[in-house]
Amino acid sequence: MNRIVVVGYGPTAHRLVETLAGKGFGGTVTVIGEEPRPAYDRVHLTSYLSGTSAEDLTYEVPAGITTRLNTRVTGIDREARQVTLADGGVEPYDVLVLATGSAPFVPPVPGAEHAYVYRTIEDLDAIRTAAKDAVEGVVVGGGLLGLEAADALRALGLKAHIVEMSPWLMPRQVDEGGGSVLKSHIEGLGLSVHAGAGVQEIVTDDAGQVTGLRKPDGTLIEAQVVVFSAGIRPRDELARSSGLEVGPRGGIVVDAGMRTSDPAIYAIGECALAGGMVYGLVGPCNTMAEVAADRIMGGASAFEGADMSTKLKLLGVEVAQFGAMDGALDVTYMDPVAGVYKKLFISDDAQTLLGGICVGDASPYTSLRPFVGKALPASPSDLLFSGAGAQLDLPDEAQVCSCNNVCAGDIRTAIADKGVTDVPGLKACTRAGTTCGSCVPMLKQLLEKSGVEVSKALCEHFTYSRAELFDIVRVRGITTFSELITQHGQGRGCDICKPAVASILASLHNGHVLEGERAALQDTNDAFLANIQKNGTYSVVPRIPGGEITPEKLIVIGEVARDFGLYTKITGGQRIDLFGARVDQLPEIWRRLVDAGFESGHAYGKALRTVKSCVGSTWCRYGVQDSVGMAIALELRYRGLRSPHKLKSAVSGCARECAEARSKDFGIIATEQGWNLYVGGNGGFKPRHADLLANDLTTDELIRTIDRFLMFYIRTADRLQRTSTWLESLDGGLDYLREVIMEDSLGICADLDAQMERHIATYADEWAATLDDPDKLSRFVSFVNAPGVPDPSIVFASERGQIKPVMAQ
Amino acid sequence: MNWTTICAYEALLPERGVCALVEGTQVAIFRTYEGELYALGNLDPFSGAYVLSRGIVGTRKGEPTVASPLHKQVFSLVTGRCLDDETVSVPSYPVRVGDDGRVEVSLEQRVEVGV
Ligand SMILES: Cc1cc2nc3c(=O)[nH]c(=O)nc-3n(C[C@H](O)[C@H](O)[C@H](O)COP(=O)(O)OP(=O)(O)OC[C@H]3O[C@@H](n4cnc5c(N)ncnc54)[C@H](O)[C@@H]3O)c2cc1C
Ligand code: HEM
Ligand code: SF4
Ligand code: FES
Repeated sequence: MNRIVVVGYGPTAHRLVETLAGKGFGGTVTVIGEEPRPAYDRVHLTSYLSGTSAEDLTYEVPAGITTRLNTRVTGIDREARQVTLADGGVEPYDVLVLATGSAPFVPPVPGAEHAYVYRTIEDLDAIRTAAKDAVEGVVVGGGLLGLEAADALRALGLKAHIVEMSPWLMPRQVDEGGGSVLKSHIEGLGLSVHAGAGVQEIVTDDAGQVTGLRKPDGTLIEAQVVVFSAGIRPRDELARSSGLEVGPRGGIVVDAGMRTSDPAIYAIGECALAGGMVYGLVGPCNTMAEVAADRIMGGASAFEGADMSTKLKLLGVEVAQFGAMDGALDVTYMDPVAGVYKKLFISDDAQTLLGGICVGDASPYTSLRPFVGKALPASPSDLLFSGAGAQLDLPDEAQVCSCNNVCAGDIRTAIADKGVTDVPGLKACTRAGTTCGSCVPMLKQLLEKSGVEVSKALCEHFTYSRAELFDIVRVRGITTFSELITQHGQGRGCDICKPAVASILASLHNGHVLEGERAALQDTNDAFLANIQKNGTYSVVPRIPGGEITPEKLIVIGEVARDFGLYTKITGGQRIDLFGARVDQLPEIWRRLVDAGFESGHAYGKALRTVKSCVGSTWCRYGVQDSVGMAIALELRYRGLRSPHKLKSAVSGCARECAEARSKDFGIIATEQGWNLYVGGNGGFKPRHADLLANDLTTDELIRTIDRFLMFYIRTADRLQRTSTWLESLDGGLDYLREVIMEDSLGICADLDAQMERHIATYADEWAATLDDPDKLSRFVSFVNAPGVPDPSIVFASERGQIKPVMAQ
Repeated sequence: MNWTTICAYEALLPERGVCALVEGTQVAIFRTYEGELYALGNLDPFSGAYVLSRGIVGTRKGEPTVASPLHKQVFSLVTGRCLDDETVSVPSYPVRVGDDGRVEVSLEQRVEVGV
């Protein structure tokens, strides 16, 4: 029993070898996989298209495991106990484990050979290449993977269609009611859904290029890319050809110990037929791998079926299903306006929870899934309507993480006995939360309930979170860093806490950021009121509110750039960035700009950057409100507002949304009746569409709501937490935010309003103030002992008629 | 030792740095909250830019530090060693307040440190 050979190197094989290595298996383990790399995370495969590299997705091969990649196994010689390889070699075994997974099902329709599938990194490479020249794409299959593929096509810039045989989307996870809510969400995003439709053929032109997909009713969906995601088929071909028992509809038959009809051969993962079922989710596949590892090492654990619950966020919509999908009784909550559908299935005596379906709001999944098969913890209507679920205490045996089969009791043990105090610790110790991540909110709850102080310490100098420090500064009336750190911290601070405290002091007291001791707290950008660049020079961004500028002012910018030899570029924030200034040039540059009526654009600060605007109703034939006027008013209102992170905004004059307001921290879109306000949007590394906070607001209502939104964010966010992540981490989310700032549920609105009034009343342009202060100006030198000497290390070359930095080494 | 006079002590703000040009070498000089002076090479070895004098001054476990303003690696003001990557360090120079109350540095690098 000392030579184990594993066929296939997918996630299940990885879990097997990892478990064997962890248990100290003494023999040799050889994994043979046909893909060019070790196992990788398929669950997060789609992130490959948004920039996660293949290396990031790939798992580390455990020490002591031999791998043979790029190698397909072509046969099993059960007599000789060896497998044969495509390259002609053989590999002898004492124990063989088949972990060959599954292959996407491609229906045998004409033209199917031109379609793509969505399973491997190479598949995604092929789709990405094909999408380059395509305008529209179709995904066949409206299940979990199909929607994910459709989202990917959309992210690649295609207009995406989904064709689903069943009358509604995700038929395995949701019922008809849920399907209709899901459909309207997805259509709202600009995808088209063709439910109850099949595929007649994939149509190509004479050159063999795909031009569309014909439905059985004869209609054609135009598309240049077709992706099949119409189910999976277990890869049982090796088992078949070697005479192992397979199921009538495929899958290698195994017993509860994952053994096939040959006792020397195991099968695990998506290729196995366990208890008459093929499992297409990582959770059960991991459990199978752990059972097989245990059996191989002489244990007796058994695979007894698995929870097929799923929760995912597809196209920004939460969809979840847990437990059974029917029952004697059911209770439904449906809000078509908000796009929420929640349903619970209950036993006929109304005592036991059987399962549930959620679309648009998956909170019941998190709170109620552990209660499946158990007594209802509260009345169904309370559970669905009031969100009472979040406060429940989970029984120890309740499963918290279905991907890794971890129960509430395991988490409590980790906290109590192993002293784990945070989510990363729980992940390392129990594996919970390491796969799909949907159970992480529950891990946090368990940590909180166990009374563990989750460390929110900002850095080694303060044990408080930013929000706590903000309150300390506000309530105690603290005005300097030294006061704060002597009374509430230790040491002399660092590059983490100093700028954070500087920002808090600026949010609460305004005043000049370079005044007195505050000068020493600032990052170099704030210290020189400009943005540092890679060669130690700075860039200058004057404010151009709403992106509107007169020809005279444009000329001044041009002249300044020319006279100081600066590189100029238009920013994405509708203003102009002037690069390559030495510290000693900054005052001279700003003297010219301030004289011409410009002021600081705060491009260097964690502060309001710009409020972009589209053309708006003044000129645009579609516009319904003056977006430019509104953008200017907002930018002038919030200019100079220091915050936990930068703030960006935009105003669009109609629903066409040319200003891309929904990618902003706060975005405004004009309606016939007024303004819609969206919050928590983000571009960047993790793009997020802003959520609609309120619609059809009057101008006064709009401004009041933004005032409070910003001040509440500034009070409660973590250091460097953008509004998007802040909103996502806010307990109670958007509804809670609405209650606090629109219904004043905490009674703090008057305070927030007053704080904003104070900011507006005390705003002053910090560049103008700096120019008037010889003391502050004296710091703008390259060399303290040679004020007139320029820094000789700064060297430029020329490119496209402008300067570019040259690094010395 | 050969000392070069730089500026008045008061020209240095607590917990900020300045840069001095000493015989063509850029030296970053820092004054801590307690009033002590330290001098390091101004070149940030991670970015190749001469910027260390513009970093945030603070402490790590009691040791006075400066963080590079570009990518935030932290250096000991005492030894010049990078506390985030022990294979990297910057030169550290002797610095003092002269008899006339002016700040002086010497380009003779400290070999043994422990002042
Ligand atoms: C895009 C996508 C998203 C997903 N999202 C989720 C999700 O959110 N939640 C969830 O629970 N599950 C999800 N899944 C499913 C999950 O990825 C699978 O359950 C899991 O990959 C199964 O692992 P496996 O190792 O059994 O099979 P596979 O991953 O298919 O691995 C089998 C490996 O064996 C190789 N192989 C097969 N035959 C041979 C042979 N003869 N010789 C050599 N090598 C061979 C194959 O090339 C493959 O590398 C998703 C899947 C995809 C594709
Ligand atoms: C997370 C990575 C990012 C960082 C660290 C970053 C950093 C910066 C910095 C330093 C500037 C100022 C440039 C200068 O004047 O020197 C800037 C400006 C800008 N960035 Fe980014 N940026 C990031 C991502 C993005 C993304 C993804 C977008 C667009 C979706 C974006 C849009 C802008 C715009 C529009 C400006 C100009 C704003 C203005 O005029 O003030 N940034 N960014
Ligand atoms: S968003 Fe509307 S008003 Fe603004 S430019 Fe576009 S079409 Fe015109
Ligand atoms: S449920 Fe997927 S990681 Fe826990």
